[in-house]
Amino acid sequence: MSELFTLPVLLGMAYSGVRLATPYLYAAIGEMFAQRSGVYNLGVEGIMLMGAYAAFFVAMSSGNLWLGLLAAAVVGLLMGLLMAVVSVTFQAEQGISGIGLYLFGLGLSSLLFKTTMGGAQSITGFQAIKIPLLGDIPYLGEVFFDHNLLVYGAFLLVPLAAWVLNRTTLGLKIRAVGQNPQAADTLGVSVAGIRYFTVGLGGVMAGIAGASLSIGLINLFQENMTSGLGFIAIALVYFGSWRPWGILAGALLFSFVNALQLWIQVIGIELPSDVAVMLPYILTIVALAFAVQRAQQPAALSKPFERGES
Amino acid sequence: MPDYKKLLSGLVEPLLPLAAVAAALVIGAIMLLALGVNPLEAYGVLFSGPLGSVSGFTQMLVKATPLLLVGLGITIAFRGGVINIGGEGQLIVGALVATAVALYIPGLPGWLLIVLSLIGGAVGGGVWGSVPGALKARLGVNEILSTIMLNAIALQLANFLLRGPMIDPKEIEAGTRIAQSAQLPAEVWLWRLVPRTLLHSGAILAVVMAVLVYIFLWRTTIGYRIRAVGLNPEASRYAGIRVPVYQMLALTLGGAFAGLAGAVEVLGVQHRMLEGLSGGYGFSGIVAALFGKLHPLGAIPASVLFGGLLVGADRMQRAVQVPASLIEALLGLVVLFVVSSDLWVRYRARRRQIEATKPAAHEKQPNIEARSEVHV
Repeated sequence: MSELFTLPVLLGMAYSGVRLATPYLYAAIGEMFAQRSGVYNLGVEGIMLMGAYAAFFVAMSSGNLWLGLLAAAVVGLLMGLLMAVVSVTFQAEQGISGIGLYLFGLGLSSLLFKTTMGGAQSITGFQAIKIPLLGDIPYLGEVFFDHNLLVYGAFLLVPLAAWVLNRTTLGLKIRAVGQNPQAADTLGVSVAGIRYFTVGLGGVMAGIAGASLSIGLINLFQENMTSGLGFIAIALVYFGSWRPWGILAGALLFSFVNALQLWIQVIGIELPSDVAVMLPYILTIVALAFAVQRAQQPAALSKPFERGES
Repeated sequence: MPDYKKLLSGLVEPLLPLAAVAAALVIGAIMLLALGVNPLEAYGVLFSGPLGSVSGFTQMLVKATPLLLVGLGITIAFRGGVINIGGEGQLIVGALVATAVALYIPGLPGWLLIVLSLIGGAVGGGVWGSVPGALKARLGVNEILSTIMLNAIALQLANFLLRGPMIDPKEIEAGTRIAQSAQLPAEVWLWRLVPRTLLHSGAILAVVMAVLVYIFLWRTTIGYRIRAVGLNPEASRYAGIRVPVYQMLALTLGGAFAGLAGAVEVLGVQHRMLEGLSGGYGFSGIVAALFGKLHPLGAIPASVLFGGLLVGADRMQRAVQVPASLIEALLGLVVLFVVSSDLWVRYRARRRQIEATKPAAHEKQPNIEARSEVHV
C-alpha cells in the first residue's frame, strides 16, 4: 500500500477525481431539477448514451467540438421531452417509463454507432486550459485549475443551480410544483409547464454529461460506454438530499473512489480489477442506506398531477 | 339493444399492447428507411425468422423461456408494489450458483444434481433479490437504485469468478483464458424436447411456474397480501399486514425467479457459465411482464412474442445487416407506449365509475377504480 501514498500519485489521483466528477455533476444536477419538480426520470443513462454518441459523431464529421456539444444538448432535449410527454401528459408510471427510455437510448445509440461508424474511433476532445495565476499555485493549481472547459462548466454549474433553485422565482415555482402541485396550481403556476421545463432541462444536462465523456474525458465512443454512470447520478441526487452542494459532495466522493480504483490498477496493487471496479457501486448502496435517514424527498416525487384530485 | 360503446372499449383494452408494438414497428420502419434499408424486406426477415422454420420456431421458445421466468419474478415484484430492475444481476448470480452446484458436488445421480442445481440458482437469485428487499424494509433505500447497483456488482462478481476461481482448467492449459467455467457433465444437461434443436425441458418448467405463480398470487393468503400491499400500502397497513415484510418477500421471490432463469440457461442452453450469459434478459423480462399486463399467464404469450422478436432480430442482422440493437430500441419504445396507454385505461375506468353511480345506471354497485399499476 505504501506506493499509493507518494505525492505524485496522490496528486494524480486528486486530478483524476476532479475530472471524473464532471459527468456525474451534469447528469445529477439536471436530474435534481426534474425531481425537485416531482418527476423521477430514470432514463438519464439512455439520454447520456445518445448525447455521447451525438457529440462524438457530429464533432468527428464536422471537426467542430462545439457543434458536437450542441448536438448532444439538442438530442438530450428531445429525449427529455419524450420523457415529459410520457410522464407528465400521459401520467405514466415513472420508474418503468424511465427504463423504457433507457432501453431506447441504449439500443438506438448502439444501432447508430454500428451503422455510422462501424468500430471504435477516437478524436481529439476539448483540451485542458490552464487558468492564469490560479493554475500556478503549487499542487492546488495542478489539481483544480488545469482542466478542459467542460470540467470547469460542471463545477460552475453547482453555485448556478443553487442560485436558480433557491433565489429565483423560477426556482420557487419548481420547488412548489414538486412539494405541493395542487397549491401551486391554485396560485396559477402551470404544473405541466414547469415539469416539461425541468425534465427538458434535465435531458439537456444528461446529453451534455454524455458529451463530456465522449468529447471531453475519454474522447471515443463505445456501445454502452456509460456503464451505469447515469444510474449512479440518480443515486447522487438522493445522496445529496436534492441540493446542488450535497450533489457536489457526493459526486466528488464517487469520483475520488473511482480515481482510487483506477490508480490501484495503474500501480499494480494486488487486487483483482473486477473487485476494484465494484467499489463505486458498493459505495453507492452504502451511501443510499445512510442518505435516506436524513433526507426529505420532494413530497410529490414520481406522482403524476391531475387537476381535481385531492 | 347491445351497448356498442361498451363492447368497443372492452375490445380495445386488450388490444392496446399490440397497438404499442405496432406503433414501435412503424417508428422502426422509419429508422430503417433512414438507414437505407427496405423496411418490408427487414420485417419480412424479422417475422419469417422465428416462424419460417423448425429451428427458428424452437429458437423462439428457447429465448422465451428465460424471458418468461424473469417476467414472472418481475410480475410478483411489481404486483407487490416494488420495482425490481435487478433481474440481470439476480440471473447472473443464479447462473453462478447453479454452475457451481452442478460442477463441484461429486457422486450424485444426474437428476438429483439437476434439481439441486435449479434450486441453487433460485436460492442464489433470491438472496441477491433479498438484499434490496432488506435495505428497503430496514432503511427505506429506494429499491430501483439498489437493484441497479447490484446488477453492476453481480456482473463484476461473475467476471472475477470466471477469470479466476471458476475458470475452465482447459482455458488455462490452452493459454486462451476465455472467461468461462468448465463444461457441465452431460448428465446434468436438461433434456431436449425436439431432437437436433436447442429446445429443452426448461420451457415446460417455465410454463408450469407461470401457472404456479398464478395460483400463488390469486389463490393463497400470502399472494393476496402481496397484491394488497401493491395496490394500497396504507390500507394494507391499516388492515394489519406488515407491509415491509411482504415487499421484501416480493423482491426475494422476484430474484428467485430470475435466478432460476439463469440456472435454466446454464443447464439447458450453454451447459456452462460464461460472460454475457444474461443477454439483457433482466431488462427484456420487464418488457414481457408489462406486456402481459402483470399477469403470470399473460406473460406466456408476451415472452413468446418477444422471444420471436429477438430471434428475428438476429436473423435480420445477418440477412439485411441491420444491427440487432434496433430491437432493443424498439423494446424501449414498447415500454413507453404501454405505460402511456394506461392513462386511457384509467380514464375508461373512471368513466365507468361515474356512470355506475348515476341513478339510472344498470349496474348497482360502483366499480372500484381499476388502478392496477404499481406505486413507487
